[in-house]
Amino acid sequence: MRHIISILVNNQPRVLARVASLFGRRNFNIESISVGESEEPGLSRIVIVTHGDARTMEQVSKHLHKLIDVIKVQDLSIQQSVARELLLVKVGATSSNRAEIQGIIEPFRASVVDVGTNSLMIQATGDREKLDALIELLRPYGIKELARTGITALPRSMQIQTKAHLHA
Amino acid sequence: MTTDQKHASTDRELTGSEILLRCLIEENVEFIFGYPGGAVLPIYDSLYYGSIKHILYRHEQGAIHAADGYARATGKPGVVIATSGPGATNLVTGIATAQMDSIPLVCITGNVPQQLIGTDAFQEADITGITMPITKHNYLVQDVRDLPRVVKEAFHIASTGRPGPVLIDIPKDVSNAKAPFSYPETVSIRGYQPTTNPHPLQIEKLHQAIAESKRPLILAGGGVVTSGSDQELIAFAERAQIPVTTTLMGLGGFPGTHPLWLGMPGMHGTVAANRALLECDLLIGIGARFDDRVTMGRIDKFATGAKIVHIDIDPAEIGKNVDTYIPIVGDVKRVLEVALQDLPVCQSETWLEKLEQLKQQYPLTYKQSDNTLKPQWVIQHLYETTGGDAIVTTDVGQHQMWVAQYFRFSRPRSLISSGGLGTMGFGFPAAIGAQLAYPDRTVISVTGDGGFQMTAQELAVVALANIPVKVAIINNQCLGMVRQWQEVFYQRRYSEVDLSGSPDFVKLAEAYGVKGMRARTQEEARQVWREALDHPGPVVIDFQVDPEENVYPMVAPGAGLDEMMLGDE
Ligand SMILES: Cc1ncc(C[n+]2csc(CCOP(=O)(O)OP(=O)(O)O)c2C)c(N)n1
Repeated sequence: MRHIISILVNNQPRVLARVASLFGRRNFNIESISVGESEEPGLSRIVIVTHGDARTMEQVSKHLHKLIDVIKVQDLSIQQSVARELLLVKVGATSSNRAEIQGIIEPFRASVVDVGTNSLMIQATGDREKLDALIELLRPYGIKELARTGITALPRSMQIQTKAHLHA
Repeated sequence: MTTDQKHASTDRELTGSEILLRCLIEENVEFIFGYPGGAVLPIYDSLYYGSIKHILYRHEQGAIHAADGYARATGKPGVVIATSGPGATNLVTGIATAQMDSIPLVCITGNVPQQLIGTDAFQEADITGITMPITKHNYLVQDVRDLPRVVKEAFHIASTGRPGPVLIDIPKDVSNAKAPFSYPETVSIRGYQPTTNPHPLQIEKLHQAIAESKRPLILAGGGVVTSGSDQELIAFAERAQIPVTTTLMGLGGFPGTHPLWLGMPGMHGTVAANRALLECDLLIGIGARFDDRVTMGRIDKFATGAKIVHIDIDPAEIGKNVDTYIPIVGDVKRVLEVALQDLPVCQSETWLEKLEQLKQQYPLTYKQSDNTLKPQWVIQHLYETTGGDAIVTTDVGQHQMWVAQYFRFSRPRSLISSGGLGTMGFGFPAAIGAQLAYPDRTVISVTGDGGFQMTAQELAVVALANIPVKVAIINNQCLGMVRQWQEVFYQRRYSEVDLSGSPDFVKLAEAYGVKGMRARTQEEARQVWREALDHPGPVVIDFQVDPEENVYPMVAPGAGLDEMMLGDE
């Protein structure tokens, strides 16, 4: 099963290496990883998307806890958290199909952030499925370059079963 | 570089290297095990004036295994110093050895000055990066003012919770930089708060399981030794009437002469211990990690009819290798103290009788011989003549297993052996560290002719400082354990196990100024061993034993504990 692990760590040199190397060494997989500041000065938040059964996830979290620079580990349930990713994608575009592309990205609330003679750069945020869908729709125009940040996430305040998080 | 700034101590300011040594004094460090070099010149210069005893080993690996032996014998952290680059990388095997067996070490390495870090400077190695997976924690000190806090934290982390090695890498400019010194009185590390007290509910569950059990078994590991809970374990086993098997790391944690003791389990375990593991209905793992030398990696065949209780200070051990019915996280000593209150008694008479019968029926045996010296006999003789009082270190291989089988360790910290990593070359230097800690006890380094040659250069140290370690080489002229596996699993295709070309060990010892002796028969063995025990200084004895001997019983890797090979005896 897919899990989002949120790890609060000391903002120390090498702390990302410690966390990443732990995953490698214990044979836990990493689908995506993102790091940035957290609500507390001196602490960073690492968000890792990984796969594993309950037993593996328990091991992941226990081993992470053993790292001295790890302050807190949360296994965020996919349903009860907001998970977002940023996508930048450069697609081929001519003056004749720009409007068409605009029409495609609009429902995704994506925007054009850079325009070249033969290309457009599009920025979109959302959960993984949404960005995957957008990429598929853009593929026919020719994807020249693409970058995704990996997911970052926070737990929802109201911990209830809901589908309301599907749109940003 | 301003490498040789002398001790012109201005006012209250000290250099980083002076601060380091002051910190070590605050930590009551008795010995430093080390080897100098460019990046630690300032530290060695401060040491020159200092009061802590430093011993110069002949290889950093020797130094760190000696520090490890000291730590295992005393329970106190061993302190090692090595220079940058090759000095630091020579520590790697020793660090991994300590990490696998949860041994507290504080390893101090010098590094190139910070402005050279990352430039592939002369003797630069990224030792914090290299040792990240094999230390409990490590530090690269970037500011001399951090040094006291870092040292304080390092000792705290190394010696509390589940102990382990901590490395502090100190760039040369930090050793030379000056700062006022004050040693912190307390440590507070937000991300490090080991749980020591067990959850009362779990203890209740344990009591209930014990009350219901008819075939209980305790599997005691190194955690019993580490936490110093041998007395609690004896009380626990006796009062609840539960038999005990001790892993290699747990030997001595429960007396080898106790009627409830079944011997060591696993690959070279006793029939009684392994049958008990197969047939028990309650298995209480205490400070043991259910590793594959015990389970044989066949969880499907391991204690299948048993409820498993797992007591350990490290939550990550619980559920790692086996599914646990009652997990109990806490310091083993605390857990046993709490569990001893209102401890129920098992209905285990029939079970104990059955196990006693197995002990009688399948004792450890080997074929005696009149014309060759049997390694098992030598080990038994060492045991009988020292009455279980000696500290014994082993290297890795057949002799290690024979020590585990034929010594009956009666108290903790008397067997010192690399259990987890299985590091050849460990035993002899470790014996030096143990002997430094206990100058008046008999310390025997039982070693192989292969392993001894990996760190034999430390003979210089025992000679120079007259450290009276008794080195007993079980010389079978080959890499015995590998030969055994080739005999059993590779149809006697003996590939690269012949140790021809080994030195004359008696002459080798003598070349260092150490007394050397040889024995080829039981009579000679008795005589030289008596002489060795009477000799006040270090001794090397070359016991030339039957090269064909194998360690039995044996369970093949991947086989279940029910498939024991008993040998042809
Ligand atoms: C550093 C290291 N290299 C290789 C091994 C693999 N190994 C395990 S036992 C053994 C043979 C040891 O031979 P010896 O020291 O003569 O002891 P014996 O088995 O004969 O008692 C070897 C090579 C090891 N454990 N450690």
